[in-house]
Amino acid sequence: MSLAPSPAPSRDEPVLSIRGLTFAYPDGTAALRDLTLDIPPRQVTVLFGPSRSGKSTLLRLMNRLSDLVEGAHREGTILFRGRDIFAPTVDVSDLRRRISMVFAIPTPLPGSIWDNLTYGPRMAGIRNPDVLADRVERSLRQAALWDEVADRLASSAFALSGGQKQRLCLARSLAMEPEVILLDNPTSGLDPISTVIVEESLSELKREYAIVMVPHSVQQAARLADTAAFLLDGELVEAGPGRPMFTLPADRRTEDYVTGRFG
Amino acid sequence: MTRQQTQRVASALITLVAAVVVLPIVAVIGFIVVEGAPTIGPRFLTTAPSEGMTAGGIGPALLGTVYLTLGTALISMPLAIGAAIYLAEYAGENRLTAAVRLAIVNLAGIPSIVYGLFGLGMFVLFFGLGTSILAGSLTLGLMTLPVVISTAEEAILAVPQEFRLTSLSLGATKWQTIRHHVLPHALPGILTGVILGLSRAAGETAPILFTVAAFYLPELPDSVYDQTMALPYHLYVISTQVPGMPLGLQYGTALTLLLVVLSLTLVASVIRSRVRRRREW
Repeated sequence: MSLAPSPAPSRDEPVLSIRGLTFAYPDGTAALRDLTLDIPPRQVTVLFGPSRSGKSTLLRLMNRLSDLVEGAHREGTILFRGRDIFAPTVDVSDLRRRISMVFAIPTPLPGSIWDNLTYGPRMAGIRNPDVLADRVERSLRQAALWDEVADRLASSAFALSGGQKQRLCLARSLAMEPEVILLDNPTSGLDPISTVIVEESLSELKREYAIVMVPHSVQQAARLADTAAFLLDGELVEAGPGRPMFTLPADRRTEDYVTGRFG
Repeated sequence: MTRQQTQRVASALITLVAAVVVLPIVAVIGFIVVEGAPTIGPRFLTTAPSEGMTAGGIGPALLGTVYLTLGTALISMPLAIGAAIYLAEYAGENRLTAAVRLAIVNLAGIPSIVYGLFGLGMFVLFFGLGTSILAGSLTLGLMTLPVVISTAEEAILAVPQEFRLTSLSLGATKWQTIRHHVLPHALPGILTGVILGLSRAAGETAPILFTVAAFYLPELPDSVYDQTMALPYHLYVISTQVPGMPLGLQYGTALTLLLVVLSLTLVASVIRSRVRRRREW
């Protein structure tokens, strides 16, 4: 089975459906327990909770970077537009292009800004320089980085500042023209101004993409969440529209966490 | 003793130990250079030995060593780098890979004469290659495998894991990741291993003794199935087997062998620092 062209999905059908997902690391620690959650399109979905609650693990399962953990145990599954991403016939490279990840620490690859931005498309077999140039410009504009680097695409990606590097990583993901963007605490190492820039580009991006994000703080979660899911010890405590979750949470544990009683 | 005195004694002792290690090397090399340098010249390096090897040069032996080193590189590099990639990137931790690793460590410790005898039995006789450059290169290549595999594997494992993760997350396949972001960074380390292996191969006598080296063969080889003279074995021969050898020829040969090994090492360091400078992270 290929993940390629799916019949036009109805407007609000979930992009990703997590179904009874359980995940345990090789040493036996359960990171996720029987978790069920839908990721809606064209929204920012925020996964929040204290550290070790399974947020990053869940994010890495969504594009199967979790495959790299040898000897892990998984039950349940994730459906991407209705198709099981763990099915043996799925092309993992294709999946990761369509569900793209930005890490907490900016991870530029050695080489120029251009090399970084075109890496995904080139690995997918795109060679046409016009197509590549077009993708580079568009993704840099989307990530609000174009004006700063347009005249030095050939210089090393390592010469950029921390905030620029992270926007480069975001642009690099966008250059693959993904459908879902996974952000694992993307502003953790950034100064407040860079954080604002990244957050603003996210609110632009969600017009086109489904965004799943592990936030830096409860405050950031409250600022950005269209949908929010509160995780605790690998279990989903509650999920729903963003604003009510932070003002009138249904569950006592969520309330304790967002009001700062623990975490 | 006060602490300052202890400190002075300790640093004096350590300096002494370092000197004990370095001095013999300097002495040996210095002696060979002084005694051998007058002999070395274009004629010495290019002409064949003559008059029962008591005159003439070392041309065929020098060329033979160059051929053998090239042959060794051609045989051991692809095998060793392939094995290192497999061990570092593909093989998990299981009994098979543990056994492979153990075998590699043990192979590295096998005396070179054992490789020589194995080469005789396997390549010369069983495969019927005869005493030939091919058989000698295979034997030397086999001998250099462990050191090249180990250093190459270490170099590959030293590449930051985040490069792999990032590359994979951008939809690259495992091989694309290795090809674009693992091997280029491991290259300097891999080259170090290769050159270490080659410089050892260039200087070894035992593995070529039964597999390729000719006692006296002034003609140059026509193909990989021919025998050839080689520097280490030639040095052994003119030092122990030929009566009335002029000392200058022996020292000249020894110095040439040293220079061959040294130049290999130099070439390696140059390549390494070039590659390193080009990559910045």
